[in-house]
Amino acid sequence: MNTASEALRPYAESFKAFESTRTSNAAWLSDLRRDAFAHFTSRGFPGERDEDWKYTSTRPLEKRAFSPETATGASVSARVIAPIIPHEMPVHMLVFVNGRHIPALGTVPSVIHGLHISSLSQALSQSTDELQPYLIPESIWADDAFTALNTAFLQDGVVIEIDTKTELDRPLQLLFVSTQQTPSTACHPRILIKLGVDSQATLIETYYGLEGAANFTNSFTQIALAEGAQLEHLRLQCESREDFHVSRVHIDQQRDSSYLSHTLNLGGLWVRTDLHARLAGPKAEATFNGLYAIKGRQHVDNHTRIDHLAPDTRSDELYRGIISGHGRAVFNGKVVVAKHAVKTDATQTNNNLLLSRTAEIDTKPELEIYADDVKCSHGATIGQLDEQALFYLRSRGIDLETARGLLIEAFTLKLLERIPTQELRAFVGRQIKTVLPGQSAVMEWT
Amino acid sequence: MLVIKNLHAKVEGRDILKGLDLEVKAGEMHAIMGPNGSGKSTLAHILAGREGYEVTAGSVSYLGKDLLSMAPEERARAGVFLAFQYPVEIPGVNNVYLLKAAYNAIRKHRGEEELDAMDFLATVKAKMQFMEIDPSFLNRAVNEGFSGGEKKRNEILQMLVLEPKLALLDETDSGLDIDALKVVAKGINRLRSPERAMVMVTHYQRLLDYIEPDFVHVLVGGRILKSGDKNLALELERRGYDWVLAEAAA
Repeated sequence: MNTASEALRPYAESFKAFESTRTSNAAWLSDLRRDAFAHFTSRGFPGERDEDWKYTSTRPLEKRAFSPETATGASVSARVIAPIIPHEMPVHMLVFVNGRHIPALGTVPSVIHGLHISSLSQALSQSTDELQPYLIPESIWADDAFTALNTAFLQDGVVIEIDTKTELDRPLQLLFVSTQQTPSTACHPRILIKLGVDSQATLIETYYGLEGAANFTNSFTQIALAEGAQLEHLRLQCESREDFHVSRVHIDQQRDSSYLSHTLNLGGLWVRTDLHARLAGPKAEATFNGLYAIKGRQHVDNHTRIDHLAPDTRSDELYRGIISGHGRAVFNGKVVVAKHAVKTDATQTNNNLLLSRTAEIDTKPELEIYADDVKCSHGATIGQLDEQALFYLRSRGIDLETARGLLIEAFTLKLLERIPTQELRAFVGRQIKTVLPGQSAVMEWT
Repeated sequence: MLVIKNLHAKVEGRDILKGLDLEVKAGEMHAIMGPNGSGKSTLAHILAGREGYEVTAGSVSYLGKDLLSMAPEERARAGVFLAFQYPVEIPGVNNVYLLKAAYNAIRKHRGEEELDAMDFLATVKAKMQFMEIDPSFLNRAVNEGFSGGEKKRNEILQMLVLEPKLALLDETDSGLDIDALKVVAKGINRLRSPERAMVMVTHYQRLLDYIEPDFVHVLVGGRILKSGDKNLALELERRGYDWVLAEAAA
């Protein structure tokens, strides 16, 4: 047996075990899972020859064995998740522990006007046939191993639908908590979100790891924005230092819709995030903001892609990274302008701060433009802390560690400024501060 | 307060200071003048602790301590202040934050309580008014987008707030129009006191029209070739530096 199929064997065993617990599901669902698993097996994990995985090897993931999360009962106390719950504003919250929905920890009222929300497990046990078409991933990743894996182990997640002209009163927070498990487990949350015409919502998707957790989360989020719909989407990934994380977000946008995302990678050991927006209607716009803060031996890979498929569409992307220790970051930002997408306006910027000699960043912009009369720009920078600014601060009595901390924090401000709501900005700022070198944690960053 | 003996220093392998001697006592105002490249700014930077300079011989004693062995922040806390020739822009760090952090670091070093935030703000605002700086500058990023004159006034504002024992003013007059120069001079004069010493590095005599020095030194080729009182500055203005060189060679 070669090493590739060797790596897949634990998954085959997992899948068999998982299937045996899913006997009550509809036949089409079992078929969908089985087909997806067969696809995963035939395809295998992406290799180095795969252009999209050039700088990120899946070997560290393959070397680990994860059990499927089939057991029930793992929960957490409200106290341990308190640090990750915004106190800056009220939210409606759904909590998942190792991929399983824990209703008791949630705070979503049974009725909110214009909002239909349920866990995927609940939805699957009720009106499964309606869901069927949405569960087949329609995206550039339809062929991809992690998407196939997510479909094969489809079990829980969230289904959200927001009615036409509804404006949600509070942000929705989906909190996925990873806890210490023996053996480590894998979970594959699926999140489906539909926003009706001219509706408005804020979604906070959080992946939080507790001390000692060493699990694998492989999520897939599918978002559909109808005409004029507006979604602000904060993705906060702050798992434990041993957690593995893959997530894909696919956004389909109709005319005049707006998608504003803030992706924060503040934790995890091995992390890959893909964001893909399709601007399918005129005047649709997408803003991708991102911040990755990496230390120790973390590896964080962000791939983004924006397809301009209609005229007058706009995209604006800013990712910033702070990399220290032996950390390694990858940023790959692709912008595609289709032939008829005239008057496209696309901006992309990636700035990196390297804090150690052993830190590494691979940054790559990719522009594919097939239309005339477009405005597209991109820029990437890699730098260190400004020595002159450091000396200036020290010459005023501020010690070196604090001065470094100040300049690092200052580097994150451009991103915070791009979060329009003050409460959300304060929450994000607080989360960033937990990992940045404050006056005490600075040494870890040198 | 400050005793510099036989100071030799290199920058990128090039000898800049070649045996500089200077003694500054509390209450004194010294002006160091000299042509471009004579080592004036190098001296100011070395005293403030900037990296990139190699001291190859000599000593600097400040209040009886070996200044050169102290980190820049230790020097600042011990009362040394450098007003930069080119104040650094620091996007993302706001002015009032810097002032407060610096002020509290210095107070903490002296074993004093940190000042109440409201009291501090009131003090700073009064000093801003004195320096003719708009209050909106408090919440702007340090020096970011400031004009040349605003940057220099901001340096003096910091000095007024931090109240150093030894102020080093590096070409503080450069790039200032006459009105800005008057405001900057007003700030500097405000701080003159019997407990405080100041060393001004300047290229031109015109700053000395507003700030009267007790001593004027001519720095040429890395050494102080001549010292005198304020009349020496006037003579330099009239005759240039060549005669000092000739006199030293004789």
